[in-house]
Amino acid sequence: MSHNHEHNLTCQDLLGNISDYIDGGLSDEVCQELQRHMAGCENCRVFFDTMTRTIYLYQADAQETEIPPEVRGRLFETLHLDDLLKPRS
Amino acid sequence: MTENSSDISLAALRAGDRVQFARLVDAYSTPIYRLGLKMLGDAQDAEDVLQTTFLKAFQHVGEFEGRSSLSTWLYRIAANEALMLLRRKRPSVSLDDEPEDADGEALQPLQLADWGALPESELLSAESKTRLDRAIQALPPKLRVVFLMRDIEGLSIKDTGEALDLSETAVKTRLLRARLYLREQLSDYFGERLRQEK
Repeated sequence: MSHNHEHNLTCQDLLGNISDYIDGGLSDEVCQELQRHMAGCENCRVFFDTMTRTIYLYQADAQETEIPPEVRGRLFETLHLDDLLKPRS
Repeated sequence: MTENSSDISLAALRAGDRVQFARLVDAYSTPIYRLGLKMLGDAQDAEDVLQTTFLKAFQHVGEFEGRSSLSTWLYRIAANEALMLLRRKRPSVSLDDEPEDADGEALQPLQLADWGALPESELLSAESKTRLDRAIQALPPKLRVVFLMRDIEGLSIKDTGEALDLSETAVKTRLLRARLYLREQLSDYFGERLRQEK
């Protein structure tokens, strides 16, 4: 990433703050600075977009993973709770 | 998930209430199974982690002091089980391996392909999911577990730290490394796809 920008924050600042920015852990003032920086820096915009997309893809993929019914059945059996096993809606 | 751990009575669990325990199992069996699966990359190993986690929870709930939430406690047991199983089954994989970052070099993004606008059907195709799995399995286990707890299971930074005996600063550092590594891997793959389409 280049380091020549008219704004106060550099690409390196964005890199250092990216996780906190994604997690909502920064002040409004710093968030606005980062947004201004990204508006003028294509590389940082792409970096941020692909970072958030990466996290989203892992979350979307994970949402499709449910415990298989037979695994759930064996778990209840192991715990001697099989009399309490109810069908999943 | 149909309920969270705050709906489940700790006092009843401690008193051996089987109905409450069955509710706890139903509320957390999918997240714990998923954590095991993504940590170990193997369905049988994931089932082993799942069973051991709830057996230990069942046996030790009387000793649980309630200093963290029940869910954080369960994740803590599951993460320890997964890391122990990894150590046992793959002793060549060091749990302490972490990407080098002393001089910041490992944190520099190298791939800047703008693949974020690719259609979701392509980003989540069967082939793409295989790449997602491969990338996460290539992460050092101590980074992988932080990414899974925070970004997949949605634990807070504080709860992730409590579950893994890490400071919040350490959680944030590992999370950043994991996110950067995964973004780089996916950019490598999807960037190539973009180039092929052009």
